[in-house]
Amino acid sequence: MAYLIIFSPLLGFLIAGLFGRKIGDLVSQVVTSSLVGLSAIISCYYLYLFISGSEALNFVIFNWISSGSLNLNWSIYIDALTAVMLVVVTVVSFLVHVYSIGYMSHDPDKPRFMGYLSLFTFAMLMLITSDNFLQLFFGWEGVGLASYLLIGFWFKKPSANAAAIKAFVVNRVGDFGLAIGIFLIYKYTGSLNFSEVFQSIPSLVDKKINFIGIEGNIITFICVFLFIGAMGKSAQLFLHTWLPDAMEGPTPVSALIHAATMVTAGVFLVVRCSPIYEYSAISQSLIITVGASTAFFAATIGLVQNDIKKIIAYSTCSQLGYMFFAAGIGAYHIAIFHLFTHAFFKALLFLCAGSVIHSLHEEQDIRKMGGIYKKIPYTYAFMVIGTLAITGFPFLSGFYSKDAILEAAFFSSNSMGSYATIIGVITAILTSIYSWRLIYKTFHGNYRNENYAFEKVHESPLVILAPLFLLTLGAVFAGFLFKDIFIGIDHQVFWNGSIFFKEKFVLQHPPYWFLYFTPVVGFLIIFIAYYLYVKNENILNQLKETHKPVYEFLLNKWYFDEFYEFLFVKPAKTFGNFLWSKGDEKIIDGYGPNGFARIIKIISDKAVLFQSGYLYHYAFVILIGLTVLLTYLII
Amino acid sequence: MSEIPILTLTTFLPLIGIFFLMFIKGEESFVNKTSGYVALLTSGIVFLSSIFILANFNYSNPDFQFVEQQDWIFNFVNYKVGVDGISLSFILLTTFITPICILATINSVKIRLREFLIALLLMETMMIGVFCSLDLFIFYLFFEAGLIPMFLIIGIWGGERRVYSAFKFFLYTLFGSVFMLISIIYIYFDAGTLDVEKLLNIQINKDYQKYLWLGFFASFAVKTPMWPVHTWLPDAHVEAPTSGSVILAAILLKMAGYGFIRFSLGLFPDASIYFGPLVFTLSIIAIIYTSLVALVQKDMKKLIAYSSVAHMGFVTIGIFVFNQEGIEGSIFQMISHGIISSALFLCVGVIYDRMHTRQISEYGGVVNVMPKYAIMFMVFTLGSLGLPGTSGFVGEILVLIGSFKYNYWIAFFAASGVILSACYSLWLYRRVVFGKILNNKVQNLVDLTKTEYLILTPLLIMTIVLGFYPALVLDLISPSVEKISSNMVNYLKFANLGN
Repeated sequence: MAYLIIFSPLLGFLIAGLFGRKIGDLVSQVVTSSLVGLSAIISCYYLYLFISGSEALNFVIFNWISSGSLNLNWSIYIDALTAVMLVVVTVVSFLVHVYSIGYMSHDPDKPRFMGYLSLFTFAMLMLITSDNFLQLFFGWEGVGLASYLLIGFWFKKPSANAAAIKAFVVNRVGDFGLAIGIFLIYKYTGSLNFSEVFQSIPSLVDKKINFIGIEGNIITFICVFLFIGAMGKSAQLFLHTWLPDAMEGPTPVSALIHAATMVTAGVFLVVRCSPIYEYSAISQSLIITVGASTAFFAATIGLVQNDIKKIIAYSTCSQLGYMFFAAGIGAYHIAIFHLFTHAFFKALLFLCAGSVIHSLHEEQDIRKMGGIYKKIPYTYAFMVIGTLAITGFPFLSGFYSKDAILEAAFFSSNSMGSYATIIGVITAILTSIYSWRLIYKTFHGNYRNENYAFEKVHESPLVILAPLFLLTLGAVFAGFLFKDIFIGIDHQVFWNGSIFFKEKFVLQHPPYWFLYFTPVVGFLIIFIAYYLYVKNENILNQLKETHKPVYEFLLNKWYFDEFYEFLFVKPAKTFGNFLWSKGDEKIIDGYGPNGFARIIKIISDKAVLFQSGYLYHYAFVILIGLTVLLTYLII
Repeated sequence: MSEIPILTLTTFLPLIGIFFLMFIKGEESFVNKTSGYVALLTSGIVFLSSIFILANFNYSNPDFQFVEQQDWIFNFVNYKVGVDGISLSFILLTTFITPICILATINSVKIRLREFLIALLLMETMMIGVFCSLDLFIFYLFFEAGLIPMFLIIGIWGGERRVYSAFKFFLYTLFGSVFMLISIIYIYFDAGTLDVEKLLNIQINKDYQKYLWLGFFASFAVKTPMWPVHTWLPDAHVEAPTSGSVILAAILLKMAGYGFIRFSLGLFPDASIYFGPLVFTLSIIAIIYTSLVALVQKDMKKLIAYSSVAHMGFVTIGIFVFNQEGIEGSIFQMISHGIISSALFLCVGVIYDRMHTRQISEYGGVVNVMPKYAIMFMVFTLGSLGLPGTSGFVGEILVLIGSFKYNYWIAFFAASGVILSACYSLWLYRRVVFGKILNNKVQNLVDLTKTEYLILTPLLIMTIVLGFYPALVLDLISPSVEKISSNMVNYLKFANLGN
């Protein structure tokens, strides 16, 4: 049955990819959706098995690479951690598949789109069910490929093509780090299978090496390089630039890949490798720092963006930061819990945004929306619930997971813990602000789009609303239902060794003021934001004018793209041109083959002069030769 | 099995095909058609006979099998052939690629088709000969003789600057080979034999090893090609007709890699260890340098040619880290590059035949009119940038793992080439295939014909099958590689003790 989870999406991809044109749009949509649906049902069954206490399962498909001491299998490994991920991936993927039937109804390439979605699901499943690092890497790059294909799905748009390549290349930079991490693991543990690697890690604790000129602990090096990989995939600070651009893809893609599943792969990697990270306090601090900084940095940018999808993209970036610093303080299970709840409410937000865009005929700029809540009441209701969930409104899913993260940070023994706590609280406030700004600008106030008549705004069809409804259920109940299992006092019973804690992780009760602070402020912001964004916009406009540099700085996303363009892209091209024209053509060819040819030509031109054809020339040369020879012999 | 001289038969079968080709007479269309069939049939039989060798091959034996020996010129030169897992995998690559090449030639070459096919079949004999000869002199003969048909293919059927390119190719490689010849002659006087099997068990004086190694290196480095003697390759590829490029990229370059493994490591282990750092430096420069150059190319074939140089950089690194992962990775990378780069050249050929230009800027939006072609091209592009699940990944990752074990700096730099390869491959693909149609000529393109399908599909299948099930090659080469590698590791220990 485990095979069905993995291979039914692959089958869907093959059917839609190879026979899509023959079987028609509707059949390929139904086939791919139901195959992923099947996979989702079985995944839920497996999660149920693990909740009722099953042991980890490993199905070996067949041998992949064996060379020297390297011996790797294609395998399906399922433990509690994988089971949670399986549910997240397949359920969201299924809903997105269904949603896409409605959302892409005007697109001529439906089978191709559904095929790509299924391909992505397959790669993601390979990633999370791997029992070794290399299959994980396969899935890792596989989802990167699917993401590349889907971002560039509308291949006629130059911006989409550019974004697709950017996503792939930036991810490759991260993958470079991941690969180095994998090589380090192989060199020092002699294996790439998780179980063998994790067993031999404790014996490496005190071993130091000199790597790329830096002296340090092996485990720290491994952790840092694996984390670089995670940063790329999960769009953390410095390697985040691809994620906002990735919004060029169709909205269902953003929901599935760039919110709920693929971008969380980095968090999954860190949690999966908890047996390694637990032994490296330095890299834990690094993760906390990067995670917390990303959470803050992305939230600040989210405050001023005007593209509805980009706001949510930065929000994703920021929430991933939360997950990372949770993992960094050793609260891996809370990180996964937040990943779990986030998948539902963020997918919900994206799909709602998609529904809005759909209703407004492909308009994404929130400055050109407003007042449409009466026209699209269902979408509005769902989106408000999603927003309440992300801002941590009491008893919705985000409330449980985000507060747990903040509490864990509050009690963390790590030196970066207090930094994370403060940043975490500030970011929670920022999150509320940008989320409500989005709601108010989109749905309230006056309608501001001149190109599309207000009367024409229409609610989306059922095939779009149904997945939204189901995700809303998830956003409301996922936290409440699973909090005791995932992060309760007995959480170790459920995780059952799939997450490694060096010391028993107990969540203490923080002081009450801390517990109430964020929800109360979050609640107040609903009204403050309403005042600022709907009732009296002048205050903010004035603020914009008086602090123009800050506003510009945020609007331009801290100038990361310009900086990278200047630092990497241009020099690489200039240098490449230089090597080609000067290196290859001037120096190597100039002095090498062409140079030789020239010299030989010069010599032979001279040599030709000897063959003058006049007898007395030759006689003269012979005479000289004889003289020289005789002189030599005589002396 | 020794009753049938199957290796000799396989090697010289193409010559029988050539014999028949010479007697075809009549109208041009008739000649073209018949000679096409004859050549295809011949190469098909050769492929089958190499499969027959594989079927009878003993996988667990690391030594040479199917050995045949015949005195030839006094006791100086013996005709001796035989295969181990490594050579057999290259022979299979040759016999697999050649029919595809012939098909591509029939499909696109209209002038003097018969002569072209003769050249191709002659190449096949030379290439199989290189991989199975067990006598240095015979090896040299095949190695050099292979130049001539290739020279003709470029020089006669090539593009505008074909004569320049053909001569550059010929002189470059000949120049390198002279040094190898001198080394071979020296070995004969020193060891009294040119029998490879015997030589592998003889210790050649350490001091002379270095010079001899350099002699062989000169030839192999040009052929690989390694930086800085790579400049003939882009020119040769650009001017060569499609199937010429395919043979060149898929097999001719691999002769050098094979030579490194068989002769440099086998005959001169100490010198190989001594010169290892040189090889690494040149290879790393090659990977980064040529990747950067590939990034700015405007000509499709030139871009792929430069990427070939970068890919071969991985091969040379893998060989000289001496461990099993590295060497197996190198061989796998060569096989995989043989398949993927030929496919890429064929893909370029497909649109070149329609548009008669290789300039990237002339294209754009091809997917709108050739969706099936776009899929094929995409898979091979991904293979070229080493996406897991394609054969390109397995070779690269094994080489990187092996080299990381040996010295992490090498792997560190080499792995950065992986980022660059993603850049130039995707850039090429995007400019040619995606986007809106800007050039009116692109509007009129027709999608892949049946023949083109037939040409590309086997390569597509192999790319993916080898990506998921590399054991197909790894099982074949692993005993022989293990023998070489453990031998080298011993020398390495010895060398380290000496210091």
